[in-house]
Amino acid sequence: MIGGKTILTVDDSRTMREMLLAALTDMGHRVLQSEDGLAGLGCLRNHSVDVIITDINMPRLDGFGFIEEVRRDPRYRATPILVLTTENHSSRKDRARRAGATGWIVKPFDPAKLADAIRRVAA
Amino acid sequence: MTPAGLSEEILAPIRLGFFVECDELLAELEAGLLALQAGAYDPKIVDAVFRAAHSIKGSAGAFGFARLERFSHAFESALDAVRSETVALDPDLFRLLLRAADALTDIVNAARDGDEAAGPPTDSDALLVALAALAPVRTARPDSEDDDDGFAFPPTPVVLTFASPRCWMIRLRPHASLYAAANEPLLLLRELGRLGDISVALDATALPELGDLQPEEGYLAWTVTLVTNENEAAIREVFAFVEGSCDLSIRQESDVVHEAEGPRTHPAEPVVAVETPTRTIRVDLDRIDRLVNLVGEQVISQSMLRQRMIDAGLSAAPGMEGPLDDLAHLTRDLQESVMAIRAQPVKVVFQRLSRIVRDVAAATGKQVRLTVAGENTEVDRTVIERLTDPLTHMIRNAIDHGIEPPHCRRAAGKPEEGVIHVSAAHRGGRVIIEVTDDGAGLDRAAVRQTALRRGLVSPDALLSDDEVDGLIFAPGFSTSTELSALSGRGVGMDVVKRGVQALGGRIAVTSQPGEGACFTLTLPLTLAVLEGMVVSVAGHSLVAPLSSLVESVRANPAALRQLGSQTCLLSYRGEYLPLIDLGIAFGYRQVAPDAGMGAVLVVEDGLGGRAALLVDEILGQRQVVIKSLETHYRAVPGLAAATILGDGRVALILDVDAVVATHRPAATAAPLRRATG
Repeated sequence: MIGGKTILTVDDSRTMREMLLAALTDMGHRVLQSEDGLAGLGCLRNHSVDVIITDINMPRLDGFGFIEEVRRDPRYRATPILVLTTENHSSRKDRARRAGATGWIVKPFDPAKLADAIRRVAA
Repeated sequence: MTPAGLSEEILAPIRLGFFVECDELLAELEAGLLALQAGAYDPKIVDAVFRAAHSIKGSAGAFGFARLERFSHAFESALDAVRSETVALDPDLFRLLLRAADALTDIVNAARDGDEAAGPPTDSDALLVALAALAPVRTARPDSEDDDDGFAFPPTPVVLTFASPRCWMIRLRPHASLYAAANEPLLLLRELGRLGDISVALDATALPELGDLQPEEGYLAWTVTLVTNENEAAIREVFAFVEGSCDLSIRQESDVVHEAEGPRTHPAEPVVAVETPTRTIRVDLDRIDRLVNLVGEQVISQSMLRQRMIDAGLSAAPGMEGPLDDLAHLTRDLQESVMAIRAQPVKVVFQRLSRIVRDVAAATGKQVRLTVAGENTEVDRTVIERLTDPLTHMIRNAIDHGIEPPHCRRAAGKPEEGVIHVSAAHRGGRVIIEVTDDGAGLDRAAVRQTALRRGLVSPDALLSDDEVDGLIFAPGFSTSTELSALSGRGVGMDVVKRGVQALGGRIAVTSQPGEGACFTLTLPLTLAVLEGMVVSVAGHSLVAPLSSLVESVRANPAALRQLGSQTCLLSYRGEYLPLIDLGIAFGYRQVAPDAGMGAVLVVEDGLGGRAALLVDEILGQRQVVIKSLETHYRAVPGLAAATILGDGRVALILDVDAVVATHRPAATAAPLRRATG
């Protein structure tokens, strides 16, 4: 991994967005923020990103729907999407994977886990 | 190191933000529960409520607030049961959920105070049990949830280290779904390389002829030989994301290999780059207040400048008028924009009320429901901050004194549950807040009795119903015959009234016996500026707040009637109003001028009482910047504040309520001129 990446974080919790922002910029990445799936799609229309990190439980458009929409866009077919979630059920992960999620990070939030997951999915 | 692995320096402001967000989420949670309790089942509200608890849980974990995480997790699970409709939505459930919301608030506050582990005053442990009963399946700690791949919650990852490296044979054949999820075999191989020495062989035998090739299909397979000290779990961990999306086999080749662990590849240090598009920023309130003050000063300077230009005859000079007008407009826009920064919806205050209602209702054994309207009405922050206390007292009083006990209500043919309705609305440049209850209404006989006993009225005073009702605002008045633990001494309506007046507001009450009472607060939108009518009296400038002004009329001697030597009445649209000469009232002069020479301001106080104020001249309507008398001098009866006019002179702003009150029939207050000295 050379240089920072542009990472879109999609989470309805402002605290979580701030955490991600602090941790990701600390790792040298550029961060874009959206507060739900719909806003995330809007952001993707105007920016090009290397990695997407998204929450599942969000108003308007949840993480599953968001990922499915993102995968429909040919530009983002190969963009790694990490699911950041407190849901740790296999069924949830399966559903995320079926929607097109590349990997997941389970809360509680830990920058080391975050860095690890990004490294695993991003060239 | 902090729980979230970030330095305290980075984490501290995020933690502060977390608590702010918690407050918002808790308010949302409570509002949602109340809405569900009040009406039909709405999945959207249930989702929002669930998400609120969910978000708190998620962040609480990151900050290491174990108790908060545990409680919000139990809460979330219970709400999940509500969401999946596996529990009955009955009043008991909502009582439990609302109490749990209160407990959650307490735990958040305890965490904010740095004392999360200390027991907040609520019985949160009992609530935990009750919540767990709602959702027995999912109330366990997160780390006991079904997690089969060991990736998610490794409490302490135990890595078995072998004395010497071992050789593993790993075979990977990705399915199409692996590629569809943007996983990349190359990256998986790179991860394996981090574990030790690898050699990779590609198996492309399944690759079809180019014509038959489906680009999204997975035809390739890899065989990896890995020499590592790590165990099998660590190797499987590499494939955690692609489990189920590939054929994977991991086999130990031989027990011992001779070579030591090879060099690992380390990722390059990332370059610092920051791009953080956000739509909000947090600004210290002091800075905004400073800005508001500066803009206030600019408003004064601008009007002074304009006045001086006019006085010097310069404003008529060619090319002067446009820029002067522009400056006036800009200044006003600037002022409004700055005020808008500090504007907040009254929601922040209203949200605290439902808890007060619950607490007071529980303490008094009454059943009360709170309904609110207009909670998005925006008011300056300075007003919001000082609104909580009066509103709290009003609600407490309404429940304590207004709403009847259930058996009385039943006897009166009313529902056992009383309703307190709080509403906010903008009206005429002010905000009107009404607290209505459907209780017994004011007991006028008791009010009058008490007022007599306290010497607030004379026994023979003729008082209208409204005037009797207004007596509850008199200092030292309390209708409660005993000191109730809730209302207590000193939180009578007189205290409320003082608080409201200090805000430049007014309070009034209307009451229907047996049907309830309505308290109306009329407040300025801001404490920084005021629309006023500037008048001159005996060479002094005074400002009458426009909000109290009914009409300004030319004094007409024919409309005046003298009553005795002291009192003069003005006939105004069919009613007689006391005529108050402001010059005498403030001790500027001893004798009123010929009434026919001046002008009259018809004003109305907060209780609907009207009076006519005699002034020498009306100078015009102006927006003035309020300067506190208390801060710069001291409180003066009859005066609300001061301001600086365009010509640089100080003008005093009238407290119309106080001026009118001194001329009420049953008035007990000392005349103003004595008070002002």
